[in-house]
Amino acid sequence: MAVRDEPLTRPAQTGRVAAGAAALAAIGVLLGGALLGLVQEAAHGWESAAAAFDLYLLRVARFTLWQAALSTLLSVAPAVLVARALARHPRFFGRAFILQLFAVPLALPAIVAALGVLALYGRAGYFAPVFTALAGERWQGIYGLPGILVTHVFFNLPLAVRLLLAALETVPADQWRLSAQLGMGPIASFRFIEWPVLRAALPGVAGLVFMLCATSFTIVLTLGGGPRATTLEVAIYQALRFDFDPARAIVLMLVQVALTGTVVAILSRMGASMTGDTSLPVAPRRALFPGRGETSLNAVFILAALVFVAGPMAAVVAAGLAAELLRLAGEQAVQAATATSLLLAILAASLCLILSAALVVARRALELARGAAKPSLLEMAADTGAALVLIVPPVVIGAGWFILLRHVGDVFAFAPVMVVTVNAVMAMPFAVRALRPAYDAASARHERLCAALGIAGWNRLRFVDWPAMKRPVATAFAFAMALSLGDLGVIALFGSESVQTLPFLLFQRMGSYRTDDAAGLALFLGVLCLALMFLAAHWGREGR
Amino acid sequence: MNRITRSGAGLRLEAITFAYPGGASMRFDLTVEASDTVAIMGPSGSGKSTLLSLIAGFEMPASGRIVIGGEDVTLLPPHRRPVSMIFQENNLFAHLTVAQNVGLGRSPSLRLTEEDRAAVADAIAHTGLAGKEKRLPQALSGGERQRVALARVLVRERPVLLLDEPFASLGPALADEMLDLIAALHREQGMTVLMATHDPRDAERFSRTLVFVEGGTISAIGPTQKFLSGHGPAAFDRYLGAHRALR
Repeated sequence: MAVRDEPLTRPAQTGRVAAGAAALAAIGVLLGGALLGLVQEAAHGWESAAAAFDLYLLRVARFTLWQAALSTLLSVAPAVLVARALARHPRFFGRAFILQLFAVPLALPAIVAALGVLALYGRAGYFAPVFTALAGERWQGIYGLPGILVTHVFFNLPLAVRLLLAALETVPADQWRLSAQLGMGPIASFRFIEWPVLRAALPGVAGLVFMLCATSFTIVLTLGGGPRATTLEVAIYQALRFDFDPARAIVLMLVQVALTGTVVAILSRMGASMTGDTSLPVAPRRALFPGRGETSLNAVFILAALVFVAGPMAAVVAAGLAAELLRLAGEQAVQAATATSLLLAILAASLCLILSAALVVARRALELARGAAKPSLLEMAADTGAALVLIVPPVVIGAGWFILLRHVGDVFAFAPVMVVTVNAVMAMPFAVRALRPAYDAASARHERLCAALGIAGWNRLRFVDWPAMKRPVATAFAFAMALSLGDLGVIALFGSESVQTLPFLLFQRMGSYRTDDAAGLALFLGVLCLALMFLAAHWGREGR
Repeated sequence: MNRITRSGAGLRLEAITFAYPGGASMRFDLTVEASDTVAIMGPSGSGKSTLLSLIAGFEMPASGRIVIGGEDVTLLPPHRRPVSMIFQENNLFAHLTVAQNVGLGRSPSLRLTEEDRAAVADAIAHTGLAGKEKRLPQALSGGERQRVALARVLVRERPVLLLDEPFASLGPALADEMLDLIAALHREQGMTVLMATHDPRDAERFSRTLVFVEGGTISAIGPTQKFLSGHGPAAFDRYLGAHRALR
């Protein structure tokens, strides 16, 4: 038999690469269709598009950046204090609980959080009497910028705390010991130990928070009030749903993509994490001897953050339990929305998994095939394809298709397809993050063995890859499903009487001042998403 | 604060008990004479590092007393104890220069007097690092980094020096060089030295007394020469045998 100088695994590659290419093509069609909608419309009426570059646009763009910058500052600056306080006290009762609680906002649908904030600080919220008494006049609720900021901080303060704490955990135990031996007080310890680590982590954390706030849709939609508190994404939605002004929508979309593209480019240059999940050791052993003054100050920081974060969650639970849950559960609209939501979420999660797995598998196959050579364009595309959705936010994709599809027929009839595809792509960065390390590790172990034994295709999937991938797949699925369940982006554009999801129904009930119904639905939706996220985290942990 | 220069201090652990959460209970009784040089040997996980951590104050014993130089230090925080410690690595702050890292030994906020600066320069010269004051740790070799840690020990002037496998990440030649440097410093300053090590050659080259730690307690103590020439306890010979077999 002729011995050829060929990489061991060549025959196994083509299938995997083809799968990846197909997945990339699917993502390309989704994004390309949106762009096509844009371009085609712009070509039709570029004069009106040009005319849309007006003061309104300027004001919306400025507000988008301004609220994102403020939200970032208000989230990250306190997070430094809280993360440092948690790092300085590695062991106290309830610390693990606080860290768990700080992971909850990551899993909570934005609309549920918005409702929690309103139930607490709104016009008829639990705190309204207090504020009324303090101000001496009727409390008007925190709509507009304050409401947006409070909700953004609710989401991003805990995220920033966890990320910064994870950075502080990288300080070697010996350095804490050294600082204890040298007698460093809180200020010296901050200057020599904590600040250097935090300074390195801060740009990435702040960038991530800024990005999340600049593309925040649901929170601004529910809490923003009128033209003075509108972001680009919400303006796109309003231009399409209310004014039907595609020209304006297009200009807004262009500005939005340019903006997020710039932020993502800067972020990835800094090597920042853009999915923002962290795992934290529960109680590291660390030699720390904070004095009484510092301890009480730290306790104040931690307690304040705890109350701020737990408040809206507690309000969701309290308001939800006060609602007529049984009547709600019996309502036909609720049952239909639940069924629709679950079905669409399952489909979106399945599609997300298929696309993500195809990219992961193709990237690895291409990496194996090239050996030490430079990665090909296709491999780089498979590597970063999942992140494209970060640059083109879901609402923009939806808006592009909205504009394109109205030439084809009833736009609202496409709602299910749009929700499933866009939600699937939206969850891909997270799914890839769950799948890729497991697959690459399994591949590194088994690749040669499979080649030697001639195990490929279906058999390989069944006997070799599936056992290693079960848990990461479950994690990614639950995560994608939770994201899709809670999303009020695409459905806000495409939703109608005939196709309603839970967040859409919740949004409608909020809009028609049926606060009790909204509270009950929010509790239901929140519990559903949290349960899925809990499962995702649980499987993810055991899979390691 | 203890400023006992140019001499060592005696050290006594009286019925110290300690356990990590979920770990087995340990118990240490130990007396070390002032200015002695002690090698602490024993299998991995036997409690060598824990013993040093207890003396340094990084861990608090459940019961018992630690006395250094006649003073009960059991309840003192690490920086109030007359002790300096060098770890296997991470002895330096990566973003501070050699001079700053040494200077931290005099003032944890780096507010240094003229006298402090002179002491720092002196210690840097003494450890063979002259001319490298402004370098960052990343521009130093592994051996040089440990020298910086030693220089800091010198400016701190504490009568007890603890070394936790300080040369485990250095090659044999460098390790010998470092041992000679520590031996020279010991001759000059006379501080009491306790060094945890896996390597019988380190113990032989440097220590007068050998402490054998096994299963979370001190199972034997005696002259290093006697232990290493095969006249020590049988358990120690077995440990050495196993250790040699591994090498």
